[in-house]
Amino acid sequence: MGVKSEIITSDIKANKKKSFIKRYFGQFDLQMMVIPGLLFIFIFNYIPMYGVIMAFQDYDIFEGMMGSSWAGLEHFKMFFSDPRFLEIMRNTFVISGLKILICFPAPIMLALMLNEVKNMAFKRTVQTITYLPHFLSWVIVAGFTMSILSTDNGSLNIVLEKIGLIDGSISFLAIPEYFWTIIVSTNLWKSIGFASIVYIAAIAGVDQQLYEAAALDGASRFKQIFLITIPSIMPIIVIFFILEVGNLLNAGFEDLLILGDSAILRSVSDVIDTYVYRVGIGSGRYSYATAIGLFKALISVGLLTLANYIARRNGNSLW
Amino acid sequence: MIKPTFRDRIMIVCIYIFLILLGFVTFYPFWNSLVISFNSGQDTMLGGVTFWPRDFTLENYQIVFQDKRLLNAFLISVLRTVIGTFLSVLVTALLAYGLSKKELIGRKFFMIFCLLTMFFSGGLIPTFLLVRGIGLMDSFWAMIIPTLVLVWNMIIFRTFFQQLPKGLEESAKIDGCGNWQIFFRIVLPLSGPVIATLSLFTAVFHWNDWFFPSIYISSENLIPIQTLLRQVLNSNTVTSQMSQLDAGALAHMSNVAKVTGKSLSMATMMVATIPIILVYPFVQKHFVKGVLIGSLKE
Repeated sequence: MGVKSEIITSDIKANKKKSFIKRYFGQFDLQMMVIPGLLFIFIFNYIPMYGVIMAFQDYDIFEGMMGSSWAGLEHFKMFFSDPRFLEIMRNTFVISGLKILICFPAPIMLALMLNEVKNMAFKRTVQTITYLPHFLSWVIVAGFTMSILSTDNGSLNIVLEKIGLIDGSISFLAIPEYFWTIIVSTNLWKSIGFASIVYIAAIAGVDQQLYEAAALDGASRFKQIFLITIPSIMPIIVIFFILEVGNLLNAGFEDLLILGDSAILRSVSDVIDTYVYRVGIGSGRYSYATAIGLFKALISVGLLTLANYIARRNGNSLW
Repeated sequence: MIKPTFRDRIMIVCIYIFLILLGFVTFYPFWNSLVISFNSGQDTMLGGVTFWPRDFTLENYQIVFQDKRLLNAFLISVLRTVIGTFLSVLVTALLAYGLSKKELIGRKFFMIFCLLTMFFSGGLIPTFLLVRGIGLMDSFWAMIIPTLVLVWNMIIFRTFFQQLPKGLEESAKIDGCGNWQIFFRIVLPLSGPVIATLSLFTAVFHWNDWFFPSIYISSENLIPIQTLLRQVLNSNTVTSQMSQLDAGALAHMSNVAKVTGKSLSMATMMVATIPIILVYPFVQKHFVKGVLIGSLKE
């Protein structure tokens, strides 16, 4: 009996093995569809993940990763004791925090306002105009910013001089005190419209009967926004907020690189990402830059997990 | 219909005023740059050019279009956008279609394999060294191959494919069609809106990207227009902006001598923006849908 069942199971196993290969080649055309994509992901996403090892090495461009000597946590220690460490961390958190504080709620408010607009042509026009900046490159947006803020007849200086707020032109982009305001406003300008799409759709999905019932009970439109619309779209707001917090260390890159790229502004514009770029690509200190990047990636994963944990306790979680 | 209260009326008026202001603030920088690009540079220096060109001229554009470096950069951008978008959408859609099939062996593993890349990445330096290591440095393909598969787009495609009615595919299979035939003859023709949206997003990425060329490309004749524009804008003084122009354009300019660095940068910026503005209205109705598939159906 025992022998017999053993034979049977091994038979089934052999059969399964055979059928796996058979099944695989039976759907070979389907497998051929995914192989190129997976291959590119492997090469350009997974090999660099393995490359993170050089954060623990003294990477030598001639020796490669195999031949480079080990440095342990030396590069991490070096970053923590870098005289610019505190400044860079401050800039990262402040710029990112300001972006969350202002650029996160703004699209929600825009969506709430657009929902009150009953004139469809007007609504569509506002939407078309405000979505547009999302499609412009940071080079162009920075070009606009420089032009508007320039001392050479920039529109802002013209306006401020006309209404008598200032006497002479101010070189806004050369004064560190103004930089955070400029970078957050520019980001707001670029992102507010496009980011509102999701909230507009969420608001459109709210049950209309709720509004009718509230109106019968005598709630004004103003009250309905706070009693019905906002609570209804809260789950989506929370999900996007979690994503936002998980991205806390992504304070920006292209915007800071272009608008903050001068020696005067470096003390307020340098964040982790731009520092990695200038130390790594600029000065060729590959291991050091990779270590800083890895430090950032680890904190980011931690932040995302933490934010999700808090959200789950309130009943809205991402995973 | 219940009559709006007095406070509601005030709220609506405030909202309209605010939205008009927002629309103005959003549109003005673009409009002002367009106006300056059509205004004579010398006149712009006098100040006060805001809503309408005072001294209308096409000179700025004449010089910009004579700059061979700029035209070449424009051409590179067009090539990069067309080839990059086509290949990226093709490979991404194929991957998504395969992963949308329940019978695909290894489907779960492949999905996790793709999704993990959205949470972890090797970062800038290891990617840079990889591109250099495989010899892509300073080649046209360095701008296309590393970002060929966009996982986010793959998820949107996959969600869309999963929602397609199965009946058509089944009957095609009975008629003896293979997966590739089904994909190209049945699935793709049914996927017009999603292809339009994702192609737009991918094309916008390729057209707008100035960063990767700035680290991967050193040959001047391979630099796309955004990267060139960044170099022009970055050189803050007028003289160094002029020096970015090539000799032919400079010779022409000395004859005219009415342009300035600012008017030229504005014209260049417009040249670099117009293609997007031209495509945008046609795809607008589609991309709202695309964004929603991506964000709500996770």
